[in-house]
Amino acid sequence: MSSATAAPAPAQPRPPAARPAVGGYLTLLLAVAVMVLPLVWMVLASFKGMDEIYRLPIQWLPESLAPTNYATATQTVPFGSFFVNSAIATVVGAGLKMLLGLMTAYALVFVDIPFRRFFFYVVVCALLVPQQIVLIPNYALVAQLGWLNTYQGLIMPGLASAFGTFLFRQHFLTLPRSILEAAEIDGAGHWRRLWRFVVPLSGPTIAAVGLVSIVTEWNDYLWPLLVIDRPEMMTLPVGLTLLMNFDGVPDWGVIMAGTVLVTVPVLAVFFLLQRRIVAGLVTGAVTG
Amino acid sequence: MATATSPPETPARRAGAPRARRSRPRAHRRNRVRNWLIFALLAGPNIALLVVFTYRPLVQSFYLSTLQWNLGSPTARSVGLANYADFFADPGTPRLLTITAIFTLATVGGGMVLGLLLAVLLNRKLRFRGAARTIVVAPYVLSGVAVGLLWLFVFDPNFGVLSALLGAFGIGSPDWYTDPEWALAMVIIVYLWKNVGYVAIIYLAGLQAVPRDLLEAASLDGASPVRSFFSVVLPLLGPTTFFLGITTLLTSLQSFDIIRAMTNGGPLEGTTTMMYSIYLEGFAAGRAGYSSAIATILFLLLFVITLVQLRFVERKVHYA
Repeated sequence: MSSATAAPAPAQPRPPAARPAVGGYLTLLLAVAVMVLPLVWMVLASFKGMDEIYRLPIQWLPESLAPTNYATATQTVPFGSFFVNSAIATVVGAGLKMLLGLMTAYALVFVDIPFRRFFFYVVVCALLVPQQIVLIPNYALVAQLGWLNTYQGLIMPGLASAFGTFLFRQHFLTLPRSILEAAEIDGAGHWRRLWRFVVPLSGPTIAAVGLVSIVTEWNDYLWPLLVIDRPEMMTLPVGLTLLMNFDGVPDWGVIMAGTVLVTVPVLAVFFLLQRRIVAGLVTGAVTG
Repeated sequence: MATATSPPETPARRAGAPRARRSRPRAHRRNRVRNWLIFALLAGPNIALLVVFTYRPLVQSFYLSTLQWNLGSPTARSVGLANYADFFADPGTPRLLTITAIFTLATVGGGMVLGLLLAVLLNRKLRFRGAARTIVVAPYVLSGVAVGLLWLFVFDPNFGVLSALLGAFGIGSPDWYTDPEWALAMVIIVYLWKNVGYVAIIYLAGLQAVPRDLLEAASLDGASPVRSFFSVVLPLLGPTTFFLGITTLLTSLQSFDIIRAMTNGGPLEGTTTMMYSIYLEGFAAGRAGYSSAIATILFLLLFVITLVQLRFVERKVHYA
């Protein structure tokens, strides 16, 4: 905008606008190349046979685009099950987490009880507890309950919402009280007030928190690695490493086919919804 | 569940409203009980989960660290603080701490500097900067395991694309796979690649909040762009830097996926950080008590860092 207003004023040429930003564009190109090239290399390698991978000088382009490696990858390990398990863990995990977060934040803001602040601190202080310290006790508990290799063992320990609750609460505090008072006079109970008034007024915040938790659940690795060891119960990140467990030389083509199958769905969703996802990441930072 | 309780409550309230003056104490108390009930229904499940899967294990972990106990074993022996003594007496501990410190400083410091530079670049009025911003953040949303595996092939000393690029400049590829120090450099590079975009967009949001007239004033006063960056912009980014410092430090000290996928802590434990050591001791070696002791030490470290930075920040940081 400023360059447009500067253009019709010839008396005061602006030095930064007059000079073409060649250096800026070159740096931008370099940054983008560093980010993109490894991903391109992954996709290209996923179409290469063993003989093409292990050839010098290295082959940039594959000889054919036949999806042989994808067939091998999906036949060597049960990729279909990985995909279903990841989808279940992500949808159920992120969905329930959002539900719990919304309900808790509503209660913390709109239900009038003494010691509300205390319960707020109970939720927020959980953010100070790192995952590493709860691993062994939670693993022992899940094993004791017989929940190893089950969906509940996979999902339950990470289900509680602390950060989401915090963000929702921050947002709910900004909502106009008058709307909820009108709803109360109309006889709407708390449950209806939450879903008919508060949630529709919180679209962007819910989308932001939801998308970030979906990405987090989809990529979650350490906990699923600990509680799942049966291949048909594994999620994508855990199952992917099964492709590495070959003796001798790794078949990079097949491994890259696996990584493409894991990363491309996320990349597609990301590019489709990048504005909202980036907003979600920034929301967390600005409020926190 | 809560819908079942709400229909009876509203008629009662309506009927009670005109007579409120007479029956206020009883209505008030009933109201309070009802509010507690609603609060319990709405917030109870979440708080219960936090107690069971966050606070209980936190306390239990302190207790486990005083036991000699193997994961899954029915018997445990109380050993007091012996696990801690063993940890500090272990000849491998100084190296473990050094590796953790190098990994953390390089990923946090490097990430903040590179992220800030990227943010400044993306804040310039360049074409395609929106697309560039999206591409720079993209690796952040990818699975750490997938990222680790794809980079492992990039780093392949003989057949990887990096050795070909280095070879074009007449440089031989380092032994990324077998030399402990190069392996550590490798996981640091991959960690930075994956996470730098996050730092960049947070800094970008901070940069966009810097008031334009402040920069124009600085420019009118004859400050060079570099000078005004360091004396105007950077101080205004104080809260952002503080936030990023804390969060990236906490994530870096707990990073696991990339190390597991690329090196499994090796070669010669050259990429075993404290976090990775907790995993190896607890789940690969099964020494749950010893692992809990390391986890407790790391927890206290994280806690102290947060407190120190909080104190520091109260005095030093400029809140915009």
